[in-house]
Amino acid sequence: MSKKVLMKGNEAIAEASIRAGLAGYFGYPITPQNEFTSYMSYHMPAKGRAFVQAESEVAAINMVYGAAATGCRVMTSSSSPGIALMQEAISYMCGAEVPAVIVNIMRGGPGLGNIGPSQGDYNQATRGGGNGDYKMIVYAPSTVQEAVDLTYNAFDVADKYKIPVFILGDGALGQMAEPVLLPEEKPEMKGDQGWGLSGAKGRDPRAVMSLRLAEGELRKHNWDLVSKFEKITEAETKYELTDTDYDVLIAAFGTSARVAKTAIRQLKEQGIKAALFRPITICPFPYAALAEAAKKAKKVLVAEMNTGQMLFDVKVAVEGAVPVEFMGCPGGESFSPEEITAKIKEMQG
Amino acid sequence: MSIVFQKPESLTEKTTIFCPGCSHGIIHRLVGEALDELELRETAVGVAPVGCAVLLYEYFRTDIVEAPHGRAPALATGIKRVRPDLTVFSYQGDGDLASIGMGEIMHAANRGEMITVIFVNNANYGMTGGQMAPTTLPGQRTTTTPTGRDCAAHGSPFRMAEIMGALEPVVYSARVSAATPAKIMKAKRAIKKAFQNQKDKKGFSFVEVLSTCPTNWGMTPLDAVQFVEKDMEAYYPLGVFKDADGGDK
Repeated sequence: MSKKVLMKGNEAIAEASIRAGLAGYFGYPITPQNEFTSYMSYHMPAKGRAFVQAESEVAAINMVYGAAATGCRVMTSSSSPGIALMQEAISYMCGAEVPAVIVNIMRGGPGLGNIGPSQGDYNQATRGGGNGDYKMIVYAPSTVQEAVDLTYNAFDVADKYKIPVFILGDGALGQMAEPVLLPEEKPEMKGDQGWGLSGAKGRDPRAVMSLRLAEGELRKHNWDLVSKFEKITEAETKYELTDTDYDVLIAAFGTSARVAKTAIRQLKEQGIKAALFRPITICPFPYAALAEAAKKAKKVLVAEMNTGQMLFDVKVAVEGAVPVEFMGCPGGESFSPEEITAKIKEMQG
Repeated sequence: MSIVFQKPESLTEKTTIFCPGCSHGIIHRLVGEALDELELRETAVGVAPVGCAVLLYEYFRTDIVEAPHGRAPALATGIKRVRPDLTVFSYQGDGDLASIGMGEIMHAANRGEMITVIFVNNANYGMTGGQMAPTTLPGQRTTTTPTGRDCAAHGSPFRMAEIMGALEPVVYSARVSAATPAKIMKAKRAIKKAFQNQKDKKGFSFVEVLSTCPTNWGMTPLDAVQFVEKDMEAYYPLGVFKDADGGDK
């Protein structure tokens, strides 16, 4: 029986990835995810596994793409501006259908922004981010333990659907230390999984590519990717609803959901019935579950550390059934539980 | 009766899309022959560029991955690092390798990645219709240098084989030409050496091949061959710029 250990979010996610059988890590320094790359630089070579500090995020994700094309279990981690640079190869990987795990420890933007925790990359992560029609699976953990568990599982999900999977955390999650129970260690996953590039010995050559030139071929491929994502939506959508009896429903993900939970406790003490709807997969977004949950509420409040990005998905889900209000905190900062409680009291008039 | 000449096993039977007089077909064949002779086909993974050679997977009977524009050395790095048992090569044009991919090639070479890089220099962007490349000769006309490349405005052509040769971890860097049968035989030896080095786990090897592009140069295939010999070889001297074995200079 393993015991809980105190670990920083960045290091805990890195360790969970190694325990998931990671064969290669490729990264580039950027705050606030630096402990991730440092952790890998020691622990991957110590196990005889691949670690490369790339010359740029562009190179790092392309190393991931190459290594992922062999069927080996690989990943990268970065933060917002670095993830922006990676979008080209991520689009290629989605087109070519190769699995990988990509961790984004978000910081304030746009541009260089700042290094505070932010949720400003919600749209980028859930709308594809690069060129062309595609979606990825995006997990939004709200505690270090949940980040560990989702990341450990994300590699299996990525392999199952041959798709890049995002872990969307923020600077608070990456920098915060919490007690965690680490999962069991799997052996290094280095096989070609029956489709990867491993040398055409005794079989036909394999090609991993996103170019589709023949008439109708790309159109069919685009629709095939949609069908795949429908299966993912059905099987992999995750969310948390904290209560069954409420007047106000707060929709929040990641770190803001954590702040909302404290606010809900405070509201309860004051006799106000509030519950949290927390998408764990922000893509696929739990539209149906939220639509159902919103029907029981008088009002919905969306609380995000940005200027209103998930707000759009919530409005799509609620379809005007109840009023949807918003409170945002962009700029690499977070609201306090008291600010949420005040907002809800104001909403109740 | 013995077979004295046949298509390399490492190539497929497909007819290529290359224009008449283009060197790509010859260079594909040289790579195929090298893989055959060194018995590397079954462990080979090629990385295709963006450009005329993007369809590498149609013509090579090996595993192939297609890289974003310029990123082939990064993909090759990823593949080789997780699967050191595979024979990894990139095949890139001049726009791909020396312009958009300059960062990736410099750093892969400077890390001494155990890969083989085949660099096809035809002094222009072929696939997109003949724009100025980083290797376009001074004064050479392209669709984006209609009055000829003015080095004061566009910079000077990069001599990649020399640049690669100057990097400490690189074990082999050579420039060869696909202009004449004799030079093609020399090119073959350089390409084979570059794969032999990987087989022997020696390190990063780079072969630049001066090539024709008659269509975009607006020349007949014969004139194009002469342009390579007279003009390109004058600016880009043939030779071995680095050989850790101290071999044939």
